[in-house]
Amino acid sequence: MTADASRGDALTSTDPGTGRAGAEDGRAGVTSVDRQSNAPVADGGLAVAAAGPFGVSGIDRREASDPRTASTGGAGPTGPSAGAPRRRLVDRRWFRVAGGALLPLVLLVAWQLASTSGAVPVSMLPSPEMVWTAGVDLAERGLLGLYIAISTQRVFVGFAVGAALGLVVGAVVGLSKLGDILLSPTLGAIRAVPSLAWVPLLILWLKIGEESKVVLIAIGAFFPVYTIVAAALRHVDRQLLEAGRAFGLRGVRLLSVVQLPAAVPSVVSALRLALAQSWLFLVAAELIASSMGLGFLLVDSGNNGRIDRIFLAIILLAVLGKLTDAVVGLFERWAVRKWA
Amino acid sequence: MPATPTSTSAAALPVEFRGVGRAFPTAAGARPVLRDVDLVVEAGEILAILGPSGCGKSTLLRIAGGLDRPTSGRVTIAGSPVADYDARSAIGFQEPRLLPWRTVAQNVALGLPRGTTRAAGRAHVARLLELVGLAEFAEHRPREISGGMAQRTSLARALARSPHVLLLDEPFGALDALTRLRMQDLLLEIHAAEPTTVLLVTHDVDEALQLADRIVVLGTQPSADASADGPAAEDATPGAGIRQTVVVPGTRPRDRGSAELAELRGRLLDGLGIDRHGAARGIQSTSTIPAFPY
Repeated sequence: MTADASRGDALTSTDPGTGRAGAEDGRAGVTSVDRQSNAPVADGGLAVAAAGPFGVSGIDRREASDPRTASTGGAGPTGPSAGAPRRRLVDRRWFRVAGGALLPLVLLVAWQLASTSGAVPVSMLPSPEMVWTAGVDLAERGLLGLYIAISTQRVFVGFAVGAALGLVVGAVVGLSKLGDILLSPTLGAIRAVPSLAWVPLLILWLKIGEESKVVLIAIGAFFPVYTIVAAALRHVDRQLLEAGRAFGLRGVRLLSVVQLPAAVPSVVSALRLALAQSWLFLVAAELIASSMGLGFLLVDSGNNGRIDRIFLAIILLAVLGKLTDAVVGLFERWAVRKWA
Repeated sequence: MPATPTSTSAAALPVEFRGVGRAFPTAAGARPVLRDVDLVVEAGEILAILGPSGCGKSTLLRIAGGLDRPTSGRVTIAGSPVADYDARSAIGFQEPRLLPWRTVAQNVALGLPRGTTRAAGRAHVARLLELVGLAEFAEHRPREISGGMAQRTSLARALARSPHVLLLDEPFGALDALTRLRMQDLLLEIHAAEPTTVLLVTHDVDEALQLADRIVVLGTQPSADASADGPAAEDATPGAGIRQTVVVPGTRPRDRGSAELAELRGRLLDGLGIDRHGAARGIQSTSTIPAFPY
């Protein structure tokens, strides 16, 4: 054993026969390895403790099920298996971010090359620069901010209304047999109606105002929430329910203590799905009858042949949808950690 | 030996089964599982219910706790019939059945009787966690603790109810052998500290001998052919009843290696249809329990 055992990698070469000596050398190395490989090295230390003065002390250490006590014990590896398995590349945060950005960057470069090389006429494929200029132009006239704001507002209002209704109706259908029997066939039929089929009816009923658009988006947000919440509440673990009942919970208390918390992770993923659906329904609402918003920008630019603005609107929809989804995704991770 | 309650826990109550039968409806008609079970469990007694799997042990326990209803006969606790999810009993399930979003302490608090004040509840939970050795894990989530710890939490939750009758449905069945032995000792400690009537369903003969005052062996009646073995014969007979009642000698805690218990163990296994293997090699086994010092 030489002093080269100061890196986590080098520790793997320690001979099991001289494991005790290796532990002495390795002790210096452990303080220098990073946090990620700390735990595995501590495991190695545990192995030494068990194998060295084998018998009572080793067994005692095993019984201490708290990993922190183990890590304060002797440090150092034994045998080839004690090497610190590094965190894999795909588990690292920067790699996830960079990997996710890779394809958009490649597409951007390909787009730039295709549009500037003349392979595709500019009337079919504007260059990224043209799209950027169109965006700046719209922003300077105060339209871009307005369009984004109005579209986002419609999505959020429609999503809030639809998701709230979906939660309530989903709870009724999921918790009550009678509610299921009375409501679910009708709701299943309504869900089968394509989003665009509502548009003429909503325009006739609610005129070309904000209401018709918000209602359409609410319809879009309602169904994922309703479906998933009803299923989640219906399939709460029967054993947990029985345990809750056996300890005297019933009615509202059973709902609030067992059923609702058990459904929380599903509810959050339902909300995430509903938000994505809201963006889809937004464009359907704005395509038909509107004077503002990203959907209007799409139609208007199509009529005027402004392909750069069409590209702009599509990219904005993609970015906005992804951003809101990411925010809900963070919330979802928190909720799953807390409730599951 | 009905123990006198020494702690704050509720007094132990007797449980009485009178002609209890339970049949489950199936496509082919009602399938009887239990038949004519007559049993009196004394207050403060630990009674083990033994039997092969599928013989209705758990059903009997669930009926005693009001989680299931008998199709015939009746069950009473201290003379009054068992209500649905009876508040006088608490059940420890085969699985821990903890709420994963609650901490260990919050899960135990679920068992507290309604109307417990916050401060009293917290003190009671802390005491129970101390009793089952989980005080330092009070703020852990169920997924962060081991199976044995989860089962101890489940036991503490049942005890939080200060039950008059504690029903345990193979509570240690899923644990490894060593953890199981520790849990058995823990149960005895708890019973000494908070005496209550305990009905313990198990398929482990040693566990029953170690813990119980009396052991009831459940099984199909040995009517037509006593040597019937295999599930086919079981299906043919209409429901299980009490085949054997054994008073376990001595006082707890018992020596796990005692020859007296070993003999009793052999007899119980025999009653469960397990060959003792001694007879196969021509070794005579005594039918009486040898007295110390043998």
